[in-house]
Amino acid sequence: MRKLLLSALTAAALALLPQSAAQAAKEEVVLGLSQDRVAITATFDGSEILIFGAVKRETPIPADEPLEVIVAVSGPAPSVMVRRKEKKLGIWVNVDSVLVDSAPAFYAVATSAPFAQVLSDTEDLRYRVSIRRAIRSVGAAMHIRGAQAFADAVMRIRERNGLYSLRENTVAVDQQTLFRTAIEMPADLTEGDYQTRIFLTRGGEVVSSYETTIDVRKVGLERFLFSLSREQPFLYGLMSLAIAIAAGWGASAAFSLLRNR
Amino acid sequence: MNAFLLLGLGGMVGVLSGMFGVGGGFLMTPLLFFIGIPPAVAVATEANQIVASSFSGVLAHFRRRTVDIKMGLVLQAGGLMGAALGVVVFNYLKALGQVDLLVKLCYVVFLGVVGGLMFIESLNAIRKSKKAGGTAPAPRRQRGWVHALPFKMRFRTSGLYISVIPPILVGVCVGILAAIMGVGGGFIMVPAMIYILGMPTKVVVGTSLFQIILVTGFTTMLHATTNYTVDIVLAVLLLIGGVVGAQIGTRIGVYLKAEQLRILLALMVIVVCVKLGLDLLLQPSELFSLGAPGGH
Repeated sequence: MRKLLLSALTAAALALLPQSAAQAAKEEVVLGLSQDRVAITATFDGSEILIFGAVKRETPIPADEPLEVIVAVSGPAPSVMVRRKEKKLGIWVNVDSVLVDSAPAFYAVATSAPFAQVLSDTEDLRYRVSIRRAIRSVGAAMHIRGAQAFADAVMRIRERNGLYSLRENTVAVDQQTLFRTAIEMPADLTEGDYQTRIFLTRGGEVVSSYETTIDVRKVGLERFLFSLSREQPFLYGLMSLAIAIAAGWGASAAFSLLRNR
Repeated sequence: MNAFLLLGLGGMVGVLSGMFGVGGGFLMTPLLFFIGIPPAVAVATEANQIVASSFSGVLAHFRRRTVDIKMGLVLQAGGLMGAALGVVVFNYLKALGQVDLLVKLCYVVFLGVVGGLMFIESLNAIRKSKKAGGTAPAPRRQRGWVHALPFKMRFRTSGLYISVIPPILVGVCVGILAAIMGVGGGFIMVPAMIYILGMPTKVVVGTSLFQIILVTGFTTMLHATTNYTVDIVLAVLLLIGGVVGAQIGTRIGVYLKAEQLRILLALMVIVVCVKLGLDLLLQPSELFSLGAPGGH
């Protein structure tokens, strides 16, 4: 009797097991970054960050849909003033503006397959993964017709400058377990915390996600000059003048020396 | 931004300024626009660079005693007022998002007028020298109204006894130009000193350089403290290229005739003017622009 009960319990436990495991994330990301801070020095000319990781799972690989990986790196998102030109009196003049209140200074999405295949629209809406979803214009003055055109302009201009990019098929996934990608960052990076999100998807549904930050900071001379110009603008101005005068005097002295020789 | 591009640009404008004996601010600032530096930064940084080149130039004039310090100080008084006024206008329009337009319009107008006049004048000079072999002295302007004004002051170095009002007004105009356009304003001041104030030609360049240092220096401070647009690294790169280029240019200039030099300079000014003008007239490929929120 006792034995029977035990085996019945075991059976019940076995029957329950897939369900409870499904409730907890059954596939998790274990992540590695080639560097978790980017230092912008005076000679900084862009950087490449290697993002790699593995999928940890306690159950066998589900057979239904293949595992896809999305890596989204997003810079700090200050508000942006977008201005539109129109022809007035024969010349092109800024006529109206919209404040897009949150637009990341940098946004890169890398996927392991074409985007539409990796993530469904509803999931994109929920997690704000695609470039379009990542930019909100809640604070836009809606009395200006076509406020959406201004948000589109932010995306278009930043895409052209390489600040926003969708890099499909750039995440390599090996045996549905190991993945790696390299995110290139341009030279004119904005300082701040770069939020890095990794999504594991199956059949367009997010099965697991992971978040970390990459710290991008100005260092050294660049840091010093930047903070001096904002916090001590008077001193900064005087320093610029001193350098200018010293250079002017130096040039004059050096060349009169050359001439006298 | 590529450091070598900026060094080269500084050097190129330096060569030109050495060849033609001009400050080069009115060529450098538009060139900075063309390589994609925001106009606000270009103007403020260029003001800083002009301090360096003018300082280098004025030392030579001090050695030769061709600076009318008293006149320079009077011009500076006007210049500081003008610069302050210019920066106020600049910051107001920056808040409205119209500062790029203001700066570019000023450039188109001034470069067009100066380039056109210089071109016509040097064409005439070449034609005359071919015909007669010698130029008649230019007729002196009527200066009656300058002498009728009150607050007269004696300027010993220039040998003048005139009212301080015209020099102050000239100073104000140049100060406004310095703040809005990031130029020294020598191309306006030199003719004004000769034709309006009647100063002797030999002290004109030295005095104008002397005045420019303080006014552009003041402008640099105003831009640095009110809208943080002075970029010290950019200024240093342009400076290094500029001072070296200027010395090379001075040597090249010796081998060219004055009229040829002036025609070349006039053509260059007109080319820059036309390019800036077309940017305003033709439909831009991108109608939208991004900026930091500020002011309004």
